[in-house]
Amino acid sequence: MSESTPTPTRRPRAAQASRVDSVLRDALREILAGSIVRGALAILIAFLVGAILIVCTNDDVISAAGYFFARPMDTLSAAAGAVGEAYGALFRGAIYNTEADSFVAGIRSLTETARFAGPLIAAGLGVALSFRVGMFNIGGQGQLLVAAGCAMWAATQWQLPGGLHLLVAIVFGLIGGSVWGAVVGFLKAQTGAHEVIVTIMLNYVAVNVLTWVLRTSPLHNPGSGNDPTSMAPAASAQLPAILGPSFQLHLGFVLAIAAAVLFWWLMERSSLGFKFRAVGLNPDAARTAGINVERIFVYTMAASGAFVALAGVNQALGRTAGFTPSIDAGIGWDAITVALLGGSRAGGVVFAGLLFGAFKAASSTMQFVGVAPEVMSVVQGVIVLFIAAPPLVRAIFRLPAPGAGVRAVLARTRTAETQEVAK
Amino acid sequence: MKLELRGITKRFGSFVANDAIDLTIEPGEIHCLLGENGAGKSTLMNVLFGLYQAEEGEILIDDAPVHFAGPGDAMAAGIGMVHQHFMLIPVFTVAENVMLGHEPTRAGVLSMDVARARVREISDRFGFDIDPDARVEELPVGAQQRVEIVKALARDARLLVLDEPTAVLTPQETDELMQIMRELAASGTSIVFITHKLREVREVADRITVIRRGKVVATADPTAEPAELASLMVGRDVDLDVDKQAPAYTSSSFEVAGLTLVGRSGEHLLDDVSFTVRGGEVLGIAGVQGNGQTELTEAILGLRKHARGSILLDGQELLGKSVRQVLDAGVGFVPEDRKKDGLVGDFSIAENLMLDRSDGEPFVRFGTVDERAIAAFAEAAIEEFDIRAQGIDQAAGRLSGGNQQKVVLARELGRELRLFIASQPTRGLDVGSIEFVHDRIIAARDSGIPVLIVSTELDEVLGLADRIAVMYHGRIVGIVDGDTPRATLGEMMAGVAA
Repeated sequence: MSESTPTPTRRPRAAQASRVDSVLRDALREILAGSIVRGALAILIAFLVGAILIVCTNDDVISAAGYFFARPMDTLSAAAGAVGEAYGALFRGAIYNTEADSFVAGIRSLTETARFAGPLIAAGLGVALSFRVGMFNIGGQGQLLVAAGCAMWAATQWQLPGGLHLLVAIVFGLIGGSVWGAVVGFLKAQTGAHEVIVTIMLNYVAVNVLTWVLRTSPLHNPGSGNDPTSMAPAASAQLPAILGPSFQLHLGFVLAIAAAVLFWWLMERSSLGFKFRAVGLNPDAARTAGINVERIFVYTMAASGAFVALAGVNQALGRTAGFTPSIDAGIGWDAITVALLGGSRAGGVVFAGLLFGAFKAASSTMQFVGVAPEVMSVVQGVIVLFIAAPPLVRAIFRLPAPGAGVRAVLARTRTAETQEVAK
Repeated sequence: MKLELRGITKRFGSFVANDAIDLTIEPGEIHCLLGENGAGKSTLMNVLFGLYQAEEGEILIDDAPVHFAGPGDAMAAGIGMVHQHFMLIPVFTVAENVMLGHEPTRAGVLSMDVARARVREISDRFGFDIDPDARVEELPVGAQQRVEIVKALARDARLLVLDEPTAVLTPQETDELMQIMRELAASGTSIVFITHKLREVREVADRITVIRRGKVVATADPTAEPAELASLMVGRDVDLDVDKQAPAYTSSSFEVAGLTLVGRSGEHLLDDVSFTVRGGEVLGIAGVQGNGQTELTEAILGLRKHARGSILLDGQELLGKSVRQVLDAGVGFVPEDRKKDGLVGDFSIAENLMLDRSDGEPFVRFGTVDERAIAAFAEAAIEEFDIRAQGIDQAAGRLSGGNQQKVVLARELGRELRLFIASQPTRGLDVGSIEFVHDRIIAARDSGIPVLIVSTELDEVLGLADRIAVMYHGRIVGIVDGDTPRATLGEMMAGVAA
């Protein structure tokens, strides 16, 4: 980033983008200011909606509803049974399997939740970071794929001693995702291009580049024929299991938690995080106070991409086989949900990551009792809807916040007035 | 028309914005509502205009009680409101704006002729001199305001509420407005004139009602002394004059030479601006809002990359430097819009106090914010600058305007300075805070550094400045002594060279 003279054509575009920006930023600020209560309520409502879907799609309930007027209790008890069974399966699949014959087998559910939560937490932190700076990083998928590709390169192409090989592969992945993100920040800073558009487009680029790379030597696994499949990572570069061979949980979860601690320090304690937050809350004041807002955009996307990249590393190295371009498993998108539910705070993101990790871990047990996996996707969607939608709608249509004190309202009108005068 | 407000009480939650307010406006009277920002003047007028519903009290027009569910009712009853910020559509003509909302039609087709004739008739009757076919955006601000008044009169308003109408006007335009108000009153229209400017009140009002903290505290005659009105408004004795000694010049200097800034469409936002401020003196930049003052301060701070010319602080070139470098060179800057550019509203007072020193000593060590250092600094600042807050962790956005400005001042004056720039330093502040801010600015001057003040309030410039530079259309019209008569300055603000 240079301080050099920008091209004269830049301003109008930047101005347009900044209007979109300010609407989105208002919405973000309000979403992030949301309380724990709102998150809890959103989860509760989502589970109720999920229950309705479970009831509506359950075969027993449907057949009992056929003679509802003759014996209504049949339908109701079938409904209650279906919901109980489904959420019971969620518990067994995600926390503790009460039907298992040993404690180790029972608690495996919880470790599976943690295993699925690892990449969600890491990617969620990345998206959360961008949110805190008032930017929407929708490019999690792309950053994750690039990171996975870079990590896999290091993991398959070199022969290094155990710990070192893993470290090099991780660092490679982080650099890849970080650079992929920084490009977005750079384009925004230089040309005013909106990060939402750029990140979405870069997702397509990443998918297709990775597909090409995985079809081409040296990453291509000849054993898979023409499929875009990578070689398996060298054993020395795989994330090691941390609870012994009877569990699949690997180092990736620990790294994700460590990333959350780092995120907390970065955002709440560091001077860089101070600038991040200042730019996120009021870029004008930040600029006037001598903070180079454009440079912060680049740093933000680089840091955001690095956190997301950890999820990609986790996906690539947390396995013994090669991977295909679907390795992202939707994590780049789920990360948005995780960040929103977590209020973009470190602790909240860890919690939200564990919750959605639990959904993923329990997916097969729930399917076993007849609950379609889509139901839990709806539950996730409803959570986001209830957390994000009201402020977003308000911001777009400039409606006042409910229950805002007169001071807030007055303050807002006064700001509007001074801006008006300034024109 | 005679308007009577009886016992109007309006609450927002537990906050009482209007507390049993009684107000009577006689036909043909210019009644002035005087009060500080937040005293409840605007709330009261919004109740009158049907925008708010009062919890208690009643409104009587010509002794008959009325109820306004919305502005439509109020307008139908003959009440017109001219807001501080014009509600005009810039690309429409005057006639189109005036008829907007009650368009005259003939057989279902818009009849522009009727609208034009109506504008012309009102314009002629009161000597407004307005062309119905002029596009509003091409009119000067004073004329736009007259369009607003025509708009109200075209709806047969018999009572006009003017909300801080002079904030955007030059002294000459203000005089013209006062003349218009007198003529309207003479023709029987009642006028409620909301302001906090004592000079205008005394010049034009028939009666004055002073509101403080939601209550009517006094009614006064226009013959009352300004100091008396001010103390009624604030609730204590205030000193309206700025105490200052003759400047003690030092060797430091701030020199702007040939500063030029060309806008996007080729217009000169700044046109060959040159001036010098010596250490120990205040140079005041006067002028109507929007004549390049904002661009000038932004260019000095390094926010305007295209500016050409030269900006020398003690011989060091500032032009072309980043904001960071300019601040580090010892420039303290109070921006004109403190909410937008001065503070992060959601940040605590403490965080706002370190906003421009987020790198290195004294607040950051090893990349980590030193909470204890910033807390100590914030405690001291609250003490020294008399910031009324619950504590250093209170969000700055929740402070009153005066206290917000004190936070900005504490931050900007808390560094080692070689130049201090304050833009609209007291805009929207209460009288008490204004005194404090003015004293601080003079204290900065007396520390021997050059001080640059930009203000659209002529009284403020006259009170603070040792010399005055007047800006008009991006140019410096002239630089004159601090005791230049208002009339001369007023002419310069309209572009007439001294």
